[in-house]
Amino acid sequence: MAEPVLLRNVGVPDSHKIEVYMQRGGYQALRKALKEFQPAALVDLVKRSGLRGRGGAGFPAGVKWSFLPKGVYPRYLVCNADEGEPGTFKDRVLIEHDPHGLIEGIIISCYACEVNTAFIYIRGEYEFGARRLEQAVQEAYARGFLGKNILGSGFNLDLIVHRGAGAYICGEETGMLTSLEGDRGHPKLKPPFPASEGLYRKPTVINNVETLFNVPFIVERGAEWYTSMGTEKSPGLKLFCISGHVNKPGVYELPLATPLRTLIYDYAGGPLEGKPIKAIIPGGSSTPMITPEHLDVPLDYESLAAIGTMLGSGAVVVIGEGTCIVRTVERLAEFYRHESCGKCIPCREGTDWLYKILHRIEHGGGREEDLPLMLDICNNIGGKSFCPLGDAALGPVRSSIAHFREEYLQHIREKRCPFQD
Amino acid sequence: MLSDKAKSEIQQLKARYPHPNSALLPALALAQKEHGWLSPEVLEEVAEVMGLSPAQVGSVASFYTMFNRRPVGKYLVQVCTNVACSLLGAEHIVEHLKRKLGINVGETTPDGLFTLLEVECLGSCGTAPVMQVNDTYYENLTAEKIDQILAELRRR
Ligand SMILES: Cc1cc2nc3c(=O)[nH]c(=O)nc-3n(C[C@H](O)[C@H](O)[C@H](O)COP(=O)(O)O)c2cc1C
Ligand code: SF4
Ligand code: FES
Repeated sequence: MAEPVLLRNVGVPDSHKIEVYMQRGGYQALRKALKEFQPAALVDLVKRSGLRGRGGAGFPAGVKWSFLPKGVYPRYLVCNADEGEPGTFKDRVLIEHDPHGLIEGIIISCYACEVNTAFIYIRGEYEFGARRLEQAVQEAYARGFLGKNILGSGFNLDLIVHRGAGAYICGEETGMLTSLEGDRGHPKLKPPFPASEGLYRKPTVINNVETLFNVPFIVERGAEWYTSMGTEKSPGLKLFCISGHVNKPGVYELPLATPLRTLIYDYAGGPLEGKPIKAIIPGGSSTPMITPEHLDVPLDYESLAAIGTMLGSGAVVVIGEGTCIVRTVERLAEFYRHESCGKCIPCREGTDWLYKILHRIEHGGGREEDLPLMLDICNNIGGKSFCPLGDAALGPVRSSIAHFREEYLQHIREKRCPFQD
Repeated sequence: MLSDKAKSEIQQLKARYPHPNSALLPALALAQKEHGWLSPEVLEEVAEVMGLSPAQVGSVASFYTMFNRRPVGKYLVQVCTNVACSLLGAEHIVEHLKRKLGINVGETTPDGLFTLLEVECLGSCGTAPVMQVNDTYYENLTAEKIDQILAELRRR
């Protein structure tokens, strides 16, 4: 197994302290960026590296940065640390163990995008992580990496750690901005995209924690180093969070396009109690589940799309034989029902119906017509909701009906859950 | 009521942001830290310091699950029952807590010590099953571990 890059400080004693971070080479990339690069050259570097957004959608980071309208200031940067997609816990590991790595990534990205005020929007539950970040920000100010005239470069940056308060929809970028403006976290219609009109209606860059965390390494080692890993369209390193029925759940760093089997067997120690695998959710709760016949799929954006699912946030949930799929999907439907912000009808009503139908199937009250009914509801949510949360709710429902129709029918025929004794 | 210290901290928060309204969530969190929950009176005070209408502040507070609009116990026990935790027995964890505390989900023990809730993914799926008690995560839970945790919290 290769020497870790993104996770190199995880497990090092006191890795969250600035002395330790600097002893291990920290803040050298920032020096290099400020000394050797003009902002536009940095945007170009990140573009050439092919780094794609790690929050779920996989949009190329450098391309997004180049959408900022010329000459419009102030500009803002918001780091998305809302990490709410069930199954995902990689950003928390970075924040708690390597807060300075994230801060360095943010400073360099702000220099590239000519931003002087940045925010980290961290989910409210991450109290410990937020405190670590606050301390690290103080340390960075004290050493002159934040504040006025950073390292004598003339570049100024203020960084504010902002805590959320429990709402998955605030992970959606426009919901996050309305929340940061002090409002209910309701999504907004795009366009205008945040790059042209975002926070306080000013140009705003929004990137995931892991995306920004990659930037110092790209500055230090170059775009070619990054593109030497993964595939042409999915270059570089990715953090995978693996959970569920495996022996060694956790966060692992792998080059993109590593086979799913390698992650499950070589890294995560294989299925728990040797139980055969029944299904895998490959990229967070909203990504369509797949069956073990796809164990050799390379974990990259294109290969997963080719089999009808998504890389998403890189959150792999392994579901072993003996688990009720209807129960699992019912629980996910409950999540989307709870997290629907209620702004638009297809999502608000649709997620409620899906949950109720799944609940009655699981508890013995299912009807023959429930499966076509659920697919019909999916069609009425899909593409007709205001923001992507509506679509996200459909992944588990549609894919489970496609792969486990017989299990649903058995629940309906026997008027009970066959997995309950 | 909101202490003078809290009020002045909210003023400082307002000055920290390019736009003062951005301080609303941190202000509500601060008020909740002081009072344990956000009563209509506290919400009104926050509104006054923020220079916003009580209706606006109430509407924002009601949107976010971490803002308690009813009193809660000294220890808010929140068990994740989402997918990864559920695969590893979160239901049993909830059942065990219900039995040990003698309450249902959503209730508070008569001595005011514990409130039990089920919550969504806590971002700790690799160490499932997980619960959060106030600010602290407890991971890789088992029935025995829960008994120890409850005993320790009762002793505090
Ligand atoms: C419902 C919903 C929830 C989301 N939650 C998150 C999240 O928790 N963290 C995150 O980084 N991105 C999340 N996203 C994606 C963001 O909207 C946005 O695309 C991302 O933060 C951009 O950063 P990136 O390009 O670096 O990935 C979510 C999107 C949707 C629709
Ligand atoms: S799709 Fe759902 S979450 Fe998105 S705006 Fe509509 S109701 Fe809100
Ligand atoms: S599913 Fe329980 S912490 Fe993520």
